[in-house]
Amino acid sequence: MDMEAARMIGAGLAVVALAGVGLGIGLIFSALINAIGRNPSAREQLFPIGILGFALTEAVALFALLIAFLILFK
Amino acid sequence: MNDPLHQFEIHRLIPLHLAGVDLSFTNSALFMMLAVGAASLFLLGGVRKPQAVPSRWQSMVEMVYSYIGTVLEETTGMEGRPYFPFIFTLFLFILTGNLLGMIPYSFTFTSQIVVTFGLAMISFGLCTLVGFWRHGVHYFSLFVPPGAPIYMLPLIVPIEILSYLSRPVSLAIRLFANMMAGHTMLKVFAGFTVALGFYGLAPLCVNSILTAFEVLVAVLQAYVFTILTCIYLRDALYLH
Repeated sequence: MDMEAARMIGAGLAVVALAGVGLGIGLIFSALINAIGRNPSAREQLFPIGILGFALTEAVALFALLIAFLILFK
Repeated sequence: MNDPLHQFEIHRLIPLHLAGVDLSFTNSALFMMLAVGAASLFLLGGVRKPQAVPSRWQSMVEMVYSYIGTVLEETTGMEGRPYFPFIFTLFLFILTGNLLGMIPYSFTFTSQIVVTFGLAMISFGLCTLVGFWRHGVHYFSLFVPPGAPIYMLPLIVPIEILSYLSRPVSLAIRLFANMMAGHTMLKVFAGFTVALGFYGLAPLCVNSILTAFEVLVAVLQAYVFTILTCIYLRDALYLH
C-alpha cells in the first residue's frame, strides 16, 4: 500500500476512540439531567461536578486527536 | 494559506547561547512574562484602594481569590491552607496563559507540551515531597488500597504505582491537547472561510461559536488542572 494512503487510514482509525467519548459524555449529561430533575435544589452542587466529568472525558477525545495529528503531520 | 500548526512555532526573539545551552528569549517566554504581568496587574489593580464595599474590579479579584480558596478547602480541608499561594498562582498563571492565547496573533504558551509538563511536574513533585515529608516511608501505603485482599496485591500494587506515575503525564497532555486542538480547529475553520469566498459566511458563524466555546475551555482547563492538583495534594496529606 502507498505510504501516504496508509497514513491517512491510520489517522482515521485513531479517532475511532471518539465513539467511546461520545458515549461517555452522553452518559455524564444524562446522569446530570436525571439528578437535577429528581432534586432541582442540588443543581448548584451537581453542575461543577458534571462539568469536571465532561472535561476529563473530553481529554480522551483530544488524546486520540493528538495521535491523529502526530500521524498526519509527522 | 498557512499551515494550521504554524501558530505553534517558536521563534527566537533574542538569540542567546551560553556554554552550548540555548537560552534564547523566545515568543513563548515573552508571553509567559506577559501572563505574569497581566495577572499581577489584575490583582494589584483590584486591591490598590481596598474598600469595605468593593468596587467592580476589587470584587472580581475577591471572587477569584475566594473561589480558589473554597475549592482548596473543599478538597483538602484545613490541612491544605498552607498550599493556597501555590494553587492560586498555578490557577492564575494557566488561566491568563489560556486567555492570552485567545487574542488573535498572540501565542498560547500552554499549547507547548514542555510548558505544561513543567507545570505538571512542579505540582506532582510538590505532592510527592509533601507526602514523604508528612508520612515518611509510610507514604508508600498509598499504593496499597485499604480492604484489598492479600492475594490480589501483586496485581494491584503495580497498577497503583503506574497510575501514580502517569499523573503528571495525563495532567500535562490534557492541558496541552485541549489548547492545541482548540486553536487548530479555529484555524481550520478560518481556512474554510477564506477558501469559500461568499459562502465562507457559514464557517465564519461556526467559528464565532467555537471562539466562545474555546474561552469556556480555557477557563475550564485551568480549573481542571487546579482541582486535580488539589486532589493529588489531598492524597499526599491524608493517604486515601
